[in-house]
Amino acid sequence: MKKILVIAIIVLGIAACGNNPSGETPNKDTTSSTQGTTANGNPSYDPNRGEGKFTKVDLSPNLDATKAAAGEKVYSVKCAACHKLTDEKLVGPGWKGVTSRHTPEWIMNFTTNTDEMLSKDPKAQAMLEICLVRMPNQNLSDEDARNVYEFMRKNDGVK
Amino acid sequence: MRKKNLWMLAMAGFGLLIVQYSCKPKNAGNAVSGDAASKAYVAPGKYDEFYNFVSGGFSGQMSVYGIPSGRLLRVIPVFSIDPQTGYGYSEETKPMLNTSHGFIPWDDLHHVEMSLTDGSPDGRWVFGNGNNTPRVARLDLKTFRTAEILELPNSAGNHSSPFATENTEYIVAGTRFSVPMDNSNGDVPINTYRENFKGSISFIKVDPTSGNMSIGFQLRTPGVNFDLSHAGKGKSHDWFFFSTYNTEQANTLLEVNASQRDKDFIMAVNWKKAEDLIKQGKGKKESVRYAHNIYDEKNHTATSKIENEVTVLDVKDFKDLVYFIPCPKSPHGCDVDPTGEYIVGSGKLAALLPVFSFDKIQKAIAAKDFIGEYEGIPVIRYEAALYGEVQKPGLGPLHTEFDGKGNAITTFFVSSEIVKWNIKDLKIIDRQPTYYSPGHLCIPGGDTKKPYGKYVIVYNKITKDRYLPTGPELAQSAQLFDITGDKMQLILDFPTIGEPHYAQAVPADLIKNNSVRIFDINANANPYVAKGEAETKVVRNGKRVDIYITAIRSHFTPDNIEGIKMGDEVYWHVTNLEQDWDVPHGFAVKGALNAELLIMPGETQTLKWIPEKPGIYPFYCTDFCSALHQEMQGYIRVSPANSNVPLMFNTGKNMPKDTVSVIGSK
Repeated sequence: MKKILVIAIIVLGIAACGNNPSGETPNKDTTSSTQGTTANGNPSYDPNRGEGKFTKVDLSPNLDATKAAAGEKVYSVKCAACHKLTDEKLVGPGWKGVTSRHTPEWIMNFTTNTDEMLSKDPKAQAMLEICLVRMPNQNLSDEDARNVYEFMRKNDGVK
Repeated sequence: MRKKNLWMLAMAGFGLLIVQYSCKPKNAGNAVSGDAASKAYVAPGKYDEFYNFVSGGFSGQMSVYGIPSGRLLRVIPVFSIDPQTGYGYSEETKPMLNTSHGFIPWDDLHHVEMSLTDGSPDGRWVFGNGNNTPRVARLDLKTFRTAEILELPNSAGNHSSPFATENTEYIVAGTRFSVPMDNSNGDVPINTYRENFKGSISFIKVDPTSGNMSIGFQLRTPGVNFDLSHAGKGKSHDWFFFSTYNTEQANTLLEVNASQRDKDFIMAVNWKKAEDLIKQGKGKKESVRYAHNIYDEKNHTATSKIENEVTVLDVKDFKDLVYFIPCPKSPHGCDVDPTGEYIVGSGKLAALLPVFSFDKIQKAIAAKDFIGEYEGIPVIRYEAALYGEVQKPGLGPLHTEFDGKGNAITTFFVSSEIVKWNIKDLKIIDRQPTYYSPGHLCIPGGDTKKPYGKYVIVYNKITKDRYLPTGPELAQSAQLFDITGDKMQLILDFPTIGEPHYAQAVPADLIKNNSVRIFDINANANPYVAKGEAETKVVRNGKRVDIYITAIRSHFTPDNIEGIKMGDEVYWHVTNLEQDWDVPHGFAVKGALNAELLIMPGETQTLKWIPEKPGIYPFYCTDFCSALHQEMQGYIRVSPANSNVPLMFNTGKNMPKDTVSVIGSK
């Protein structure tokens, strides 16, 4: 009872100081909703496609050798340090068979939208649990990503 | 029970007492009103409103703070070596600190100036001066790195610098110490100052596209000390104003001997006229030596070139170029208001603050309203140039900035306060104590055409009891005031790096969206780059060994190197293969008489290492990069000079003879 009185008096004292700072909270947080549509405006998240801008990748039955060659160049600078072309895991998984494990959309979304994929996509997260090194975002352009995918196809035997 | 109740009541009363006591500011510590915290509060994860570029003084560096939070965002190495980033230690950055005297690892950075377009900061570059060995540095605000350093001949103590004209046509650099000129015999008795010592003002041209600096011309002036300066604005665009002291031309005990005259001078220079004279070929070319260092962003490498010539205009030969305006008692700050009409001279030892009028100066010049000459330069009559004086403003005025609402705020070192006054009626509006002894002050855009008059940041010279004691030396304190009302309100103290002199602040939007996140590995033109692990190699050329090594989360390639011999000079060229923001890798090797390298994504940097005895030397990544950062390491083997150990380098292949490769196994 008396304790309440003590507290009340102290509270009163504080209130008497005025200047209530809680009235203004600067920089109101606005968290964007990702329900329904994804950040890039795509209809909804699809685990086969992953999270990112690529919804449909057109593939020709035969290899596009020019794209594959350009993709190999990107691979040697930005990917080879961690990914072998066999099925051996180095830092990340080997690339042998990767085009049959994932859709082209999933791969291109992962290579261009790495951080978001790692925080959302179950397959990407499962790989992270095995490798324990977050795949770096290597700043691939859309064209780079497409070329690298073609190089993956070549590596998987598409002629 | 009754006793307990009494005790409770006593406690309550005591609590009330404490609370009420804290309501009433009694001393420096609590002279802060209740909403101060919310005004300086920037929520976690939110950005500050302004970038604040603050000189590091004797640290030689420039620091970057967020305002209003006072968060330290970055320390940018400029004139001093920085083992943390490898600046001045890596082969690529060593040339930045080259001078005509050789490599200098330190300087004293006093003043900071943003590049201007139409009299307002454009967020492209920020300049800083090297005071001791006269230099001016340009920092690129895309990378927050020192991009260029230009040495200044015929100068000593580059204090009156680096102030910009309205479109950064020129950055000026006025000598503090007058000295014998570089191409004359300097071996003269010191007490021949009057005959042999001269002043120099360098006008540094800034290329509007690249930002590259070059000395356009120098003004040769009478031997005095130049202190500070500011360019004209608007109608006074063509003019530059410099404060001078030691017009007594004393060469010893300046504390007394340079304080004899009742008035020194503000020197007004018509720089447009000087530029015309140079175009007409009126300048004299003189032979001098000074270094010009440029950091190339494409090859991540600095080059240093020694220049041999400067063009000089001796101001006494051109009657309509330079005028002296008497200004009381050793003026320090020389500050021009946003309209370009009013020039405030702050006489360090004066009990008043003179405000000069540009229009009146022009009239006085036209009417030849002079009181005589000083070493061939016309001296304008004080009253003819004067708009008015702020009476009894405080003691020891140093610097003035403007709020864009017709008011000025001046620091007073001796009386330890800032004073807000109205430029038109010269009446004092408010004065607030600072803790303690303020030097410079900074209102965002406060020396430009368009100040953002929301805050003033005051840089104090003495800290004493403001912070927890840290031995004899304390970090210098900056204090942030809200200046939106008539009364200036103290809202934050924050510690600073080195000794801040001048500072600049600009809205964050001018800079933040242009900030570089990575260097494109494909555009890396460093001659020692390895674009991918396939290009890594170790190359021996006589006693020189070049190691082309890559770093990516989380391994080096190669990470096992053998075949290094005593007497070798080893160059580690480390390329960071990452292409992701804020993922530098570090590099350090045991026993290196050097620093670490900190290599940004897509960049190549080089560490020179001379092994001192045979053995195994580990090297590792110093910047925590991933969960397997502790695994990011390697070994290099050093053998005697006459050994037969072959050159060998690889990653993941150098397995013990009796085991199967782990990586190769399935």
